[in-house]
Amino acid sequence: MNKADVVVIGGGPAGIEAAYNLARDNHKVVLVEKEEEIFGHMQTAYTLFPNFQDASEIRSSLLQKTKHGNITLYNNAEVTQVSRENDFWRVQTINGLDFIAPAVLLASGFKTFDARYKEELGYGIYKGVITSVEFEEMLKVGKIQTANGEKPRRIAFLNCVGSRDEKVGNHYCSRVCCINAVKLSIEAKKQLPEVEAYCFYMDIRMSGQFYEELYRKSQEDFDVNYIRGRISEVAPTFDNRLQVKCEDTLSQTPLKMTVDLLVLMIGIEASEGTARIGEQVGVNGEYNFSKSISLHTADNKTKHRGFFLAGTCKRPLTVPETMADARAAALEIDLYLKSLSQ
Amino acid sequence: MMNYHPFVIPFTVGALFLFGVVFYKFYAWIAALDRKQKFMVKQNIFSFKTIRAIGEIFREALVHRNIYRKNPVLGYMHMSLAFGWFLLIVVGKIKASLYAGTFFEPPWLGIFFNFFAVDGHAFSHSEMLTFTMDFLLLIILSGLALAIIKRVKSSLLGMRKTTKHSRFDRIALSSLWFIFPLRLMAESTTASLHGNGGFLTNSVGHLIPSTIAPYAELPLWWAYSISLFVFFVALPYSRYMHIPTEVVLIFLRNWGADTGEQLSGYTDIQLNSCSRCGICIDACQLNFAAGISNVQSVYFVRDARYKTLSDEVVNNCLMCGRCSNECPVGLELTLVRQQFRNKQEIPGKFYYEYTEPVESKAGVDVIYYAGCMTHLTPSIIISMKKIFEAAGVNYWFMDEDKGVCCGRPLRQQGFIQQSKNLVIKNSRIINSARAKLLVTSCPICYKSFREEYNLNLPVMHHTEYIEGLLADGRITLNASNVTVVYHDPCELGRGANIYEQPRNILRNFSLIESNYEKENSLCCGGSLSDAILDLRLQLKIRDHALGELTKDKPDVLVTACPLCKKSFVHGNKARVMDIAEIVAGNLKVIASKKRPVRKEELQLV
Ligand code: SF4
Ligand code: SF4
Ligand code: SF4
Repeated sequence: MNKADVVVIGGGPAGIEAAYNLARDNHKVVLVEKEEEIFGHMQTAYTLFPNFQDASEIRSSLLQKTKHGNITLYNNAEVTQVSRENDFWRVQTINGLDFIAPAVLLASGFKTFDARYKEELGYGIYKGVITSVEFEEMLKVGKIQTANGEKPRRIAFLNCVGSRDEKVGNHYCSRVCCINAVKLSIEAKKQLPEVEAYCFYMDIRMSGQFYEELYRKSQEDFDVNYIRGRISEVAPTFDNRLQVKCEDTLSQTPLKMTVDLLVLMIGIEASEGTARIGEQVGVNGEYNFSKSISLHTADNKTKHRGFFLAGTCKRPLTVPETMADARAAALEIDLYLKSLSQ
Repeated sequence: MMNYHPFVIPFTVGALFLFGVVFYKFYAWIAALDRKQKFMVKQNIFSFKTIRAIGEIFREALVHRNIYRKNPVLGYMHMSLAFGWFLLIVVGKIKASLYAGTFFEPPWLGIFFNFFAVDGHAFSHSEMLTFTMDFLLLIILSGLALAIIKRVKSSLLGMRKTTKHSRFDRIALSSLWFIFPLRLMAESTTASLHGNGGFLTNSVGHLIPSTIAPYAELPLWWAYSISLFVFFVALPYSRYMHIPTEVVLIFLRNWGADTGEQLSGYTDIQLNSCSRCGICIDACQLNFAAGISNVQSVYFVRDARYKTLSDEVVNNCLMCGRCSNECPVGLELTLVRQQFRNKQEIPGKFYYEYTEPVESKAGVDVIYYAGCMTHLTPSIIISMKKIFEAAGVNYWFMDEDKGVCCGRPLRQQGFIQQSKNLVIKNSRIINSARAKLLVTSCPICYKSFREEYNLNLPVMHHTEYIEGLLADGRITLNASNVTVVYHDPCELGRGANIYEQPRNILRNFSLIESNYEKENSLCCGGSLSDAILDLRLQLKIRDHALGELTKDKPDVLVTACPLCKKSFVHGNKARVMDIAEIVAGNLKVIASKKRPVRKEELQLV
């Protein structure tokens, strides 16, 4: 059993940012990441909204932070068990690591909605239907193309896939996909100026700084079209394109459109690790997201002393929100550890 | 006057009242039958169906064979009370007639026989009849004891829930509890005074102190008569109205009356035939999987009868048919509930007015209609296309590009007129194609086509169709040892009696059984018929069903309904496939794929 001051679970932006801030405060931090690679979902990002910052810059900054002397990073270390032992927390991993520490930070993040559950959208059935994550990867390598390698003539983005959907049991809004669709459509137009881009939405939610401006810009400068209506069905056409059907709820008429790529803006759900550890420790809340003791005044603390939360294990958050939350968590933990040594 | 005492008055008045009210009600209900139901009665009243009905009345209304099969103890309770009492009246009548030497003795004589027949006046078979009467009384009392136990602790009788009572029920029930113990005590007291009892009443009579007996005798007979009076007067307004009404129901059912679309006298007859046995409560998933216990059929029927129905009770129902399947009285519970959902007036908005006409395609053998729900599960459509191709079928995919809903979901919500509108649209398209067969992938559409449409061609669900293709060797499957469990969709199984066809297909795989096969199948929770069920409760129903179906860890859970598939896929417990998918995935590809269909092969069509 190895001792540490804090065990941080999850090597994504929240975990790294918090670990770094704790390390700067002279705490010995163990950072465990279940994958081979760190960065979590930041791994696949191309650019970040709303300022189109290159995600690789964020990745190198995060990587740099993990190099701090007070941080020991373990990869391929999926956490299997978190338990309370006297005044300490014990964290065990799948690869046999076993830590004991007065404080644990859960930064186990989110997973994206499995689009196969919405079979009517044809994901996993028709090659032209892809997720926003896969589209981001296409942008990254600069190759937006259909399954048979052709340049798409028309791309549709569909918002709220797996969010705000009674049928899949997720009533909540994932908060980031509207603005992300704006970003993706602009990036698509940057790479393929002739492509037609359509975005199907229920409501456009542009609540962050500069979001509304970007939404406007996408229409004025990039010719992105917005249609209020949820795509209900996807079917192949005789020439292997995709026909999407929906009701245009502004004009109240049924609408059919043929597209080459349908990009599903998949929503945010609690990751498996978040759900499992939350269950073990007893901090599971709605939809398996973890629950802090007070949303307004103690959002990093849980009902268990020494067990803290940061980032999207609590709810859907944007990258800046996640980073700020991680720094707040580090501060809370620092105060907690100091209170112990007094 | 011989064989008369004033204490017979309450009984006689009560009995007259009862007969008056019951016959008045019967008259009113029969007068309110709809045209079709009246026609069926006229057609069949003088036929062997009437004899069959009498047999059924004996089996069900008296012996309660159906309840007995479901729950022997409960069956015994019902039988001992109903059949026991019936025999007690019949044997009492015989005894009284023999005693009085006429068939037209006063009606109360059989009821209060022991009080009057104290003179030791012998008549033929009196020993044997006295023994029989005591024996019957003992049987009834044992049934009564069970009824009391059921009230106190229903789980002892193997039931999870027992029904709640209305005011009239309580009056009728309390008097019913008194009738037979009072009869026992009255007869025993008389027996202790005159020694005219049987093995039971004489023995009990010995226990009554001879100082008390002379004073207790008359009050006990009075009390017995009064308890009969109370029971008879309360009966028409209590659950016990089911006793006479069930007789009428059985006749009408045997004569071929059906529930129909709109409320009618037959609805009232069904509502009044419920014995409130509570079996439907235990059958209902809303109860045992979702913890809702105020909407089940017994409550619906009760509220409908007393005209206190709330929208919640009418609408919070999956229409899965599990309760109708279990109901020992054979009430068509989902159909009756549907009648209460049907909207009388036509609301302003007509749906689908904007639908463009679909041009029908001539010269095809088979029309394939996937249905709206199947369009949400494209893998089923892809599989069906593969199967049609493999079998070389000349088919037309009617709603491939655009289509009109079959109308059943609207109908289930009570929008009959709008639903009919869609039926007309679709019928026109289907009938003008002059094809030989209509195949659909959705049990909801299937039932709709079968029941609501007037089509010029037969309809098959794809389970039936695929079974036929396999049987005729038009498609063959690769051997597979994948283990599968089959889930019967409500509308296809209980709704349309398609049980064997899917199983025949799945014998090509390693088919294992769940605890919920065929008629006993569970609802997936995704029913379109319940528009008000809370999502969380719906998921509870799904998870419970899914847990049961996947207990033996099958490789694949197979179903035959796009809606069931969608419900179960989200449950995330097992690989879920439609039967068409598993078939399409295992097709043996034959070299001569596209060949003209030979005539002999068309018999399937
Ligand atoms: S952010 Fe937009 S796309 Fe995402 S769930 Fe909310 S409304 Fe839907
Ligand atoms: S509806 Fe049928 S099963 Fe339910 S209580 Fe009445 S008689 Fe019994
Ligand atoms: S039809 Fe199904 S859901 Fe409705 S009352 Fe009967 S058993 Fe319950």
